Amino acid sequence: MADQTPSPEQLTQVDYRPKGKSWLDPHVEFRKGTYCYSAAPKNLTYLGLPNPRQWQPFDQDWKLPPDWKDIILAGMKERLDRYRSFRLFMDICVRCGACADKCHFYLGSGDPKNMPVLRAELIRSVYRRYFTLAGRLLGSTVGARDLTEDVLKEWFYYFYQCTECRRCSVFCPYGIDTAEITMIGRELLTLVGCNINWVIEPAANCFRTGNHLGIQPHGFKDSIDFAVDELEEITGVRVEAPINRKGAEVLFVMPSADYFGTPHYYTLLGYLALFHEIGLDYTLSAFASEGGNFGLFTSHEMIKRLNAKIYAEAKRLGVKWIIGGECGHMWRVMHQYMDTMNGPADFLEVPVSPITHTRFDHAASTRMVHICEFTADLIRHGRLKLDVSRNDHWNVTFHDSCNPARAMGLIEEPRYIIRNTCRTFHEMPENTIREQTFCCGSGSGLGTDENLEMRLRGGFPRANAVRYVRDKHGVNVLACICAIDKATLPPLLEYWSPGVDVAGVHEFVGNALLMKGERDRTTDLRGEPFASAKEDRAHA
Amino acid sequence: MNALSSLVVVLLLAGVAWVGGALALLRPVFGLAVPGLAAGIFLVGVATRVVGWARTPVPFRIPTTCGQQRSLPWIKASWIECPWTRSGVVVRMALEVLLFRSLFRNTRGAITTEPVAQGHGTPAAAPEGFPRAARLVYGEQKWLWLAALAFHWSFLVVLLRHLRFFLEPAPALVGVLAAVDGFFQVGAPVVYAADIALLAALGYLLVRRSSDPQVRYLSLFQDYFALHLLLGLVATGVLMRYYVRPDIVAIKQLTLGLVTFAPVVPAHVSPLFFVHLFLLSVLLAYFPFSKLMHMAGVFLSPTRNLANTSRMRRHVNPWNPPVKVHTYEEWEDEFRDKLEAAGLPVERE
Ligand code: SF4
Ligand code: SF4
Repeated sequence: MADQTPSPEQLTQVDYRPKGKSWLDPHVEFRKGTYCYSAAPKNLTYLGLPNPRQWQPFDQDWKLPPDWKDIILAGMKERLDRYRSFRLFMDICVRCGACADKCHFYLGSGDPKNMPVLRAELIRSVYRRYFTLAGRLLGSTVGARDLTEDVLKEWFYYFYQCTECRRCSVFCPYGIDTAEITMIGRELLTLVGCNINWVIEPAANCFRTGNHLGIQPHGFKDSIDFAVDELEEITGVRVEAPINRKGAEVLFVMPSADYFGTPHYYTLLGYLALFHEIGLDYTLSAFASEGGNFGLFTSHEMIKRLNAKIYAEAKRLGVKWIIGGECGHMWRVMHQYMDTMNGPADFLEVPVSPITHTRFDHAASTRMVHICEFTADLIRHGRLKLDVSRNDHWNVTFHDSCNPARAMGLIEEPRYIIRNTCRTFHEMPENTIREQTFCCGSGSGLGTDENLEMRLRGGFPRANAVRYVRDKHGVNVLACICAIDKATLPPLLEYWSPGVDVAGVHEFVGNALLMKGERDRTTDLRGEPFASAKEDRAHA
Repeated sequence: MNALSSLVVVLLLAGVAWVGGALALLRPVFGLAVPGLAAGIFLVGVATRVVGWARTPVPFRIPTTCGQQRSLPWIKASWIECPWTRSGVVVRMALEVLLFRSLFRNTRGAITTEPVAQGHGTPAAAPEGFPRAARLVYGEQKWLWLAALAFHWSFLVVLLRHLRFFLEPAPALVGVLAAVDGFFQVGAPVVYAADIALLAALGYLLVRRSSDPQVRYLSLFQDYFALHLLLGLVATGVLMRYYVRPDIVAIKQLTLGLVTFAPVVPAHVSPLFFVHLFLLSVLLAYFPFSKLMHMAGVFLSPTRNLANTSRMRRHVNPWNPPVKVHTYEEWEDEFRDKLEAAGLPVERE
């Protein structure tokens, strides 16, 4: 962690009383640690996005196109006509403030413009000025603001300080979803080339190679082969992990971090062990080698562009249906956008588990099933032999990732799996889990190092709850089903709640799974000795 | 500042109406023309707004799920908070509209460094320099919900009670309502519970808006204006009901005349009544252009009124545009060497 990182004492000195001028004043200070760097021109160029250039947020001159104002206003008009959500949310907020202290960034920073209502007002004030009669006539008296460069900079700052987690929307009496407004805000910024690299580079990579990390097909194969070898070393069982195989029943799509990041990697080992053990007829794809979709953090158009490969590949390979791995924002896209954008998936069949014959009717149209739904069904039907004692070294709590919780309602499936693979499980406090879960603070493409202070601030509410169960129940691992979580929660917890690891749910499955022909296992998928093995050693 | 200026505006409006009500010449204007016009603006305005929203497409099915989805039959799904049937959505919306379900969830959260009671959330072994007590605490926060609920419901009751001014004979419902509402009679005239609730709720909302530092910071002129306007309306109503007691027969002549399109302006109506009527007119005319439209908008909110059936049933986006994608063929061409070297199958050799 960088040396300039503020100490926990500094970060928890939060004063919630707004100070100084009215929020109508747009000026922001781009302070190191609280913003992300601009998108590299080559990435914008590759994607054909507007205004590629060298610039940074702290520059005075953002090198906007000369007609940037017209572009933004035309973009707003177009979106007001296309999204009822946007238009309605511009019109009906009563500024009751119920959403204010529901945002992790506000709780962690005390910056009033991180209250969801004010985040939305940043754009609503411009809407008033150019699209409503009162705003045109009365101007700032009714909270209308001219669209100036300072306003644009302020948008950039605060729309990249929202992780699109939707927590505010749960509490709003009209369901106003500031994530939706942030998405539109980022789309507008994209029109004039104000993007961040941590979003655009993965998007460009994904468009080219199929995945965010830019891993080419041979690299993909190497990673998978390596995982197969490693799994054999741990379990003594050699599994098959076919790639681009035509005629398989199922296409399995996962976030690329699963085969390139830690602790994601142990989740991958879990999937591979599971699929082998139940004899699933499946294939991976080096083309659809990414379930995640950083288009979600760019524009609706980019979601569609990056997502198109999933159905295209399923069709080319001739599979019957699709299973998706553990990833949060990926599932927002698969659940709420994919079918509408790139469907209908009439070349696929309604998913039926080949093992239990359960028909997944809830995915009858999209024809893609979440791995947790699939595995929970297997366990329920008693089709897995599980030795739960092999997770006895873990004392588990579960972090609901924002998107599965608030955009899907996938809440009990992972818990069911954990309860059936681990013996010690403790929930965090009620108002920090399920639909009220707190974001990791680094979602929606903000998980970059230069943004660390903001991430630590935004992640505090989550970490605070983890610390609570750590101290109360001795919890030592935070389970989650999201690739961004797995990447960003470890440093967050190391800072706020040391001594708690992060793991995917299928890592526990892989640990507990008794495989046919396995050797006498003494370590988990991380190569750590099982609790029983530790005891044996202590007795010897 | 906003609080004060909006109060001044409302007082000015009231003053204008008082003068208008006192001058025989202006009485037809304030008694007939203005209310008629205001009602017209209200109806046309609200209809235009609602039609405008309704005609804007809902490209994606994006409900906010607040409970367990319907997936496997043995997992108990939350049919109201995460509905997948029409009836589930209807109940969810009804709870939202009638009981303010989401507002009921309200809590108050803040980081505090206050010392904590032993054994409650303090890190057992705090690392060097760790702020032992810095933690996030949450408190119950139901007052906003209660005040909002009290305001809306009592406003409705008072509105319905006013039907007796517009219908002859007054519907039985109004009598029942008045009887129930006036149940806690303290003296004569009957004190209506709804009047008290209405004033108390509006008072709370105003105090909250102007004293809570966060809400005060984000409040705009129009937020106070709406509250002051409503307070003015209610205050004049209460004054007339309990203190001034104007000529009800004359007023009824006027109001009945308004709704039957046979306008009459009786001579002996108190100027206070004109203030009441004028503030109502302003409210009506202002309504379609204001945040008060949330009354209609709440029904159309896509995060609440859609079922979570995104994977069950296809949702069609009427403007779904074609986009530039990277096809498999292009991808294979670009990486052919690498695919072949890695022994991965290709479409074209
Ligand atoms: S809770 Fe909803 S209505 Fe209230 S301020 Fe927030 S967005 Fe506006
Ligand atoms: S979506 Fe999440 S991050 Fe964005 S404003 Fe709402 S609570 Fe804050």
